[in-house]
Amino acid sequence: MQFKTLQSLCLALLIASPFMVQAKFEIQPFATPEQEDDYKQLIGELRCLVCQNQNLADSNAELAQDMRKQVAKQLRKGSKPDEIVAYMVNRYGDFVMYRPPFKATTMLLWLGPLVFFIVAAGVIASFMRKQKTEDIDLSEQQTDKAHSLLDDD
Amino acid sequence: VSRYFVLGGFLLLMGVFAVVLSKMGSGEYNPRDIPTEFIGKTAPEINVPDLYNPEEMVTTISMRGRVWLFNIWGTWCPECWREHEYLNQLAKSGVPIVGLNWRDERQEAQAMINRLGNPFISIGYDPDSQVAINWGVYGAPETFLINEQGQIVAKHAGGITPKVWQKKFKKYFEKSASESSSNQQNEVKS
Repeated sequence: MQFKTLQSLCLALLIASPFMVQAKFEIQPFATPEQEDDYKQLIGELRCLVCQNQNLADSNAELAQDMRKQVAKQLRKGSKPDEIVAYMVNRYGDFVMYRPPFKATTMLLWLGPLVFFIVAAGVIASFMRKQKTEDIDLSEQQTDKAHSLLDDD
Repeated sequence: VSRYFVLGGFLLLMGVFAVVLSKMGSGEYNPRDIPTEFIGKTAPEINVPDLYNPEEMVTTISMRGRVWLFNIWGTWCPECWREHEYLNQLAKSGVPIVGLNWRDERQEAQAMINRLGNPFISIGYDPDSQVAINWGVYGAPETFLINEQGQIVAKHAGGITPKVWQKKFKKYFEKSASESSSNQQNEVKS
């Protein structure tokens, strides 16, 4: 009985945990639901610069907090989302975008993994071809000897 | 043939590794160094409360026509403490430096300056990253070099050391000194 209570408590905590994490972040009040949507989208698109692979929405780093405030402030002033992204890119470069744009300077970033994959697949394929056993023609005598050797134990 | 192919690939990777490692060793390549988009662009205007006097604003309009450094620091940043003595030396040798205290308590920031000395012409106070974000700052210390036309010419993320100074900043001050002295000569002639 007690175990069951514990179990359901754990389950409840597990289900609630994502909301508890979100509750940590500051709340940004907006005049319109459109601004709120833009805000949510923007903090998902912009990178936390001092984190390892997190966007602004995921991070509670101090710079990320202040960048979220900056995004909210500009939205309230009436800036369009692309203007805000452009503002950040002008200052922090393409790196600030969580999904960097596909262009000449980011080509390696996007195609690099594919190139690695193709090279690796080629190497593995060539190894596998080599390891394939060749069919050898055995005489009857040799086959018998092989059988006797195998049955020895 | 494929054996040579694999060996070639291995050597290529070794080569890349060695080059990156040697560059990191000489301080040229820092994986955390985000290349600034700002080089050659006009520096953003600064209009921010003074660290010592909240009613007074620190602006950099008066810096037009001079080559100067803009240094972003905080008491929470160990490298800022380390570079401070060298900033004092630079200031003493006549390099104009404007400071920006970033994400600090006023009292703590003032205490650090009182203890280590003040190399800055003036210090802006930026507790919520308004100026820092506007300048594309993502860590401290960072130092920008702004030329006579108000353009950002160079930037360094990390502490200023004699080596960094020699490599990144010194030449611009020499140029400006010789130019301004030749300007003075022209003025005398005319």
